[in-house]
Amino acid sequence: MELVAIFVTAILINNFVLRYFLGICPFLGVSKKIDSAISMGLAVTFVMTITAAVSWVINHWILIPLKLDYLQIVSFILVIASLVQLVEMFIRKISPPLYEALGIYLPLITTNCAIFFLALMASLRDYSFLESVIFGVGSGLGFTLAIILMAAIREQLDLADVPEALKGAGIALIVAGIMALAFLGFSGMIK
Amino acid sequence: MSTKSIGQEFTKGLWDENPVFRQLLGLCPTLAVTNAVINGLAMGMATSFVLIFSSLVVSSIKKFIPSQVRIASYVVIIATFVTVADRFLAAFFPPISKSLGPYVPLIVVNCIILGRQEAFSSKNTVGRSLIDALGMSSGFVLAMLLLSAIREILGMGTFLGYQVMGPWFEPWIIMLLPPGAFITLGILLALALQIERKAKSWK
Repeated sequence: MELVAIFVTAILINNFVLRYFLGICPFLGVSKKIDSAISMGLAVTFVMTITAAVSWVINHWILIPLKLDYLQIVSFILVIASLVQLVEMFIRKISPPLYEALGIYLPLITTNCAIFFLALMASLRDYSFLESVIFGVGSGLGFTLAIILMAAIREQLDLADVPEALKGAGIALIVAGIMALAFLGFSGMIK
Repeated sequence: MSTKSIGQEFTKGLWDENPVFRQLLGLCPTLAVTNAVINGLAMGMATSFVLIFSSLVVSSIKKFIPSQVRIASYVVIIATFVTVADRFLAAFFPPISKSLGPYVPLIVVNCIILGRQEAFSSKNTVGRSLIDALGMSSGFVLAMLLLSAIREILGMGTFLGYQVMGPWFEPWIIMLLPPGAFITLGILLALALQIERKAKSWK
């Protein structure tokens, strides 16, 4: 039950993009077409799941036993950077079509603040290993949901008559604001 | 190498290349911690500290960093200063540190800082990098101040905790919530673009 709550909260209530403002760069940059939005969302979900597992192991087996938890920031960021590199090589070997589909988005994930926040949050909230992984999958899917919704709206927006100055990031942020407003409606779902 | 005069090197960060309004960098903290002026200011200061010191270090040791591992080296340098800022806030300003929460460690992945190292400090002298970092930080702090002032005044009727609106004022709670942040920044970006377009048509 606890796990279901973590999962649903991560997707709908505490959505990384619309509640914590994380991953805004890809959210605005890669949301012009639905296809690329789906690829980006899946790439982030993939890396988030692995990061959640690996950072938990590093945190609980190395940093906490050695009382080095002030090194969390440095070690998490290094873990993420090397992990993305590894995942990239791995996917290229195992499944070239998937690698083609993800393209440039894969390396860009290193600088995605959502991934780093995920590792920090899981350690801050003292999640168990399973909870961390569920939190990772849920947060990734939440990001995917938000970016796909955004891409769908923006494809329609191309046809709309938007004032010159609002074009691009301006209108995208206002749309995101209205989406965030709608997502606030989920906040009463789980106590 | 940059060929701008020292003055231009500083002022470009305020408007022409303002990290938030013109380059759209570092939007996560800009949106997340601007619900009160004190938070916006603290975040702006912490980010400036990290940016200035990282630029100093990167520009002074740029000759010794092999270009294959430069991004990783920058990240480690930045992460070191972020840890310093994080511990400092936690030790001397516990309430602020608490309300900023995990957003202080998140300065590591703020694209403004890494972007300046890659685009400027790794190619320019120590002095110029310092001026550039000072200008960019001022631009960032200004943006944070503007956004948090609008949100705090409309959302609570206060500025830095002092009441500025009369008793007739009904606070717009939505300004303190995530949607208020998105919408305010969207409108400010449009305003900045509009001012830029007007300025161009006068020239």
